[in-house]
Amino acid sequence: MFCQECGKKPATLHFTKIINGEKTEFHICESCAREKGEGIPGAPNSFSIHSLLSGLLDFEHLGASGISGMKQPALRCGDCGLTYAQFSKIGRFGCSNCYHAFSDKLDPLLKRVHSGTVHSGKIPKRSGNQIKCKREIEQLRRDMQVRIEHEEFESAAQLRDRIRELERKIADL
Amino acid sequence: MSKHRFSQHALSEWMKDEGPESEIVISSRIRIARNLSHQPFPLLATDQQAKDVMDQLTEVSQSGKLASVGLFETIILSDLTELDKRVLVEKHLISPNLANESRCGAVILSSNESVSIMINEEDHLRIQCLYPGFQIQEAWSLASGIDDIFEAAADYAFDEKRGYLTTCPTNVGTGIRASVMMHLPALVLTNQINRILSAVTQVGLAVRGLYGEGSEALGNLFQVSNQITLGQSENEIIDNLFGVARQIIEHEKAARNRLLQESRLRIEDRVRRSYGILSHAMIMDSKESAQRLSDVRLGTDLGILTEVTPQMLNELLVMTQPGFLQQAFDEKMSPEQRDYRRAELIRKQLRGETDHGGA
Repeated sequence: MFCQECGKKPATLHFTKIINGEKTEFHICESCAREKGEGIPGAPNSFSIHSLLSGLLDFEHLGASGISGMKQPALRCGDCGLTYAQFSKIGRFGCSNCYHAFSDKLDPLLKRVHSGTVHSGKIPKRSGNQIKCKREIEQLRRDMQVRIEHEEFESAAQLRDRIRELERKIADL
Repeated sequence: MSKHRFSQHALSEWMKDEGPESEIVISSRIRIARNLSHQPFPLLATDQQAKDVMDQLTEVSQSGKLASVGLFETIILSDLTELDKRVLVEKHLISPNLANESRCGAVILSSNESVSIMINEEDHLRIQCLYPGFQIQEAWSLASGIDDIFEAAADYAFDEKRGYLTTCPTNVGTGIRASVMMHLPALVLTNQINRILSAVTQVGLAVRGLYGEGSEALGNLFQVSNQITLGQSENEIIDNLFGVARQIIEHEKAARNRLLQESRLRIEDRVRRSYGILSHAMIMDSKESAQRLSDVRLGTDLGILTEVTPQMLNELLVMTQPGFLQQAFDEKMSPEQRDYRRAELIRKQLRGETDHGGA
């Protein structure tokens, strides 16, 4: 189903509103929801996709009488916009991020197609090292934060130097 | 006549070398699928993104980084005629997908045509290496080396858990497809082929006929390849294929020996009959020519026929394909005309007349 506002992108937000017995259905895409937020009846002025979502979820959770028939938005890749439904239809991914976006659903599929779900072959030399460095930097940053909170500034400084060293290494790769 | 070198000669240079087990294994192939990070896969790329990918990847060859591997020519698909594309497909240098469906598609071709690097096929980058005979490990080391050259120049879409990320989930992980093309006439004649091929599919390998529609194998040519790309290392995948192919080779050899011992006369008759028809027939469709050429190939391998070399047969395999026929005679043809021209070409080739320029 396409967005009823722009008619171009797939509608990922579906909700039904009943006010005084009058039923209104909405099927819109993310960008139109963002743009036309104020045009959607009942939406607060500081409209955001998250507030709409969480708001609807909360309402349903609380069993509020105003809104019913809320559906989960389709699982979709944030980078290329491919939905899981589209992926399962065409059997091809739109971009490398799809693997992360649909990660939870992939294991059963990959298990069926392959002998395992985890890569055990070649690793790219350059970006392989990069991945390792980046992970180490992330870990060091977290450690550093902890040291700072504990006012262990000397060891935090050591970690900072190590982070800088790794960042230089990545730049050289 | 096409200006491109690849369409002048049916036989790629690399096919002229005789590889190990060449009487059964025609060729070994490795294909590696890779994608660039931060670019949508070709399926969802905009025209500009597709062009950026093409520019970035062709640059690797243009800037001479592949010089250590050999001489390369970069060919932009949109510069080719439909016929040129078809010839490339028939020589297995590009896929039908790249020829017909790609946007900003390109191929980087080595001068001996043993390496073809496809750009903007289903994945951004597909490196293919072909070796004569049974040389699957050799093909892998060459392909892997070329992979390293591209990796040094471009950021690959790689995930620690899933490996190399590909458009199709059937390629993810190592991204490699290893295959051997085998000529198995004796296993077909002795009705053993189905039993063996169904066993092969049990161990994570796939078999398909070459040039044939679906599973039908024209000319008793079968392509055996790995199905699994994730969860096994490249070496495991290749060793598995190597081991199974080695067993098929042994079975085919045993079947050939048995045929020779038990029904030599009938085999000899079959081979010579096909040779006679091929050297004299006026009309030859592609199906019949594939079957007759298979008989002649078997006869050559068994030493029944000495007039024909395997090289001539490999050449005919490609030359008798519709696209190459039209290229050789430089004219558009109806299927009937093609059958006539095909017969003419085969007669000349088998009688050792090298001129196939035609009308």
